[in-house]
Amino acid sequence: MMKTAEMLEIFKQHRGDAVVIPGRGGRFWVELSDQPDRDLPLGDPAMGGHASFALGLALSMPEQRVVLFDSEGDVLMGMGALPTIAEKAPSNLYHFMLDNGVYATTGGQPVPNAEQMEYEVVAKGCGYPATYAIDNLEDFASQIEEIRGQPGPLFVALKIAPEITNEPINARPQWQRKTRNQAVADMQAELGIQPTA
Amino acid sequence: MAELSPATVLEQLKKNGATHVVWLPDSETNFLYVLMSEDDSLDLVPVSREGHAFSTAAGLAAGGKKPVILIQNTGMMESGDSLRGWALGMNVPVVMMVGYRGWTRHGVITDTAAFYTERFLHAFNINYYLVESDEDADRISIAFEEAQRNKKPVAVLVGDEYHGFNVSR
Repeated sequence: MMKTAEMLEIFKQHRGDAVVIPGRGGRFWVELSDQPDRDLPLGDPAMGGHASFALGLALSMPEQRVVLFDSEGDVLMGMGALPTIAEKAPSNLYHFMLDNGVYATTGGQPVPNAEQMEYEVVAKGCGYPATYAIDNLEDFASQIEEIRGQPGPLFVALKIAPEITNEPINARPQWQRKTRNQAVADMQAELGIQPTA
Repeated sequence: MAELSPATVLEQLKKNGATHVVWLPDSETNFLYVLMSEDDSLDLVPVSREGHAFSTAAGLAAGGKKPVILIQNTGMMESGDSLRGWALGMNVPVVMMVGYRGWTRHGVITDTAAFYTERFLHAFNINYYLVESDEDADRISIAFEEAQRNKKPVAVLVGDEYHGFNVSR
């Protein structure tokens, strides 16, 4: 198992100019990223939707690499997004999924069938042309450039260590440095995207 | 009453610059699907659960595109949290065309899908326009303009659940 921050530190070295949606890894990523205007640390607008959001973003700018750090809880809640991603097949979408086996911000209760799930198999069955399952930092470091060199959409299931909290939502540390809308506006400005008119 | 033709709906989508149709078919929209499939100016994004339509639309809008959501009222109601967090929460100026299953202006509405539809939209403070025939089609443009102006979703309730689509061609 990997610690999320250590995995992201390695990823950072291979990011290039990708737009990064850090999902539930956002609190770690905002501390690491040196291209914050290409980040969309949205927190949790509504659980289960990150993959569809990333799909929409990838489809809207096919020349721009988009990297999503999803979570297994989100994927379980929105699993029906996987066939849509596979059908639309955006070659610029890299779908990483953090799997710690639990709902980490609600006290660490296990997700359904946590010990048996093989998410990369699910993604493959949904039609992703390439899938990976990685459970340690050494393999991640050695495979990330190969992953990066392939066309998307591809899916990478990452086993990470649970970092459990159990605080009420309004008592949790606020790690976001800007609002969601500001993050989107900054990305649009950085990439020269005109807001929808 | 005149029917609402799929060609009229497609014309409205194109007139208002829609780039993507994020959709899950309901029982009577097949003619619209056929027309959209044949039109290179629209990219169809099929979803398997209506809640995904809102997060997909949010991503498309973030990237500067102009999505339209095409779903049924049943699925819209199932999508409440996605509508809240992804569309309302991120100020997505999207028109959601909603098949109004169970709607009738004659007698009593007996389908609970229709009974709760407008109540649901009221709860989310989303404005809506009822479109039942080609004569109402300009209301679709009004919805597009309002969504853009207010930077939030606006619903178009397609009365009679596209009834005309299956009998007019």
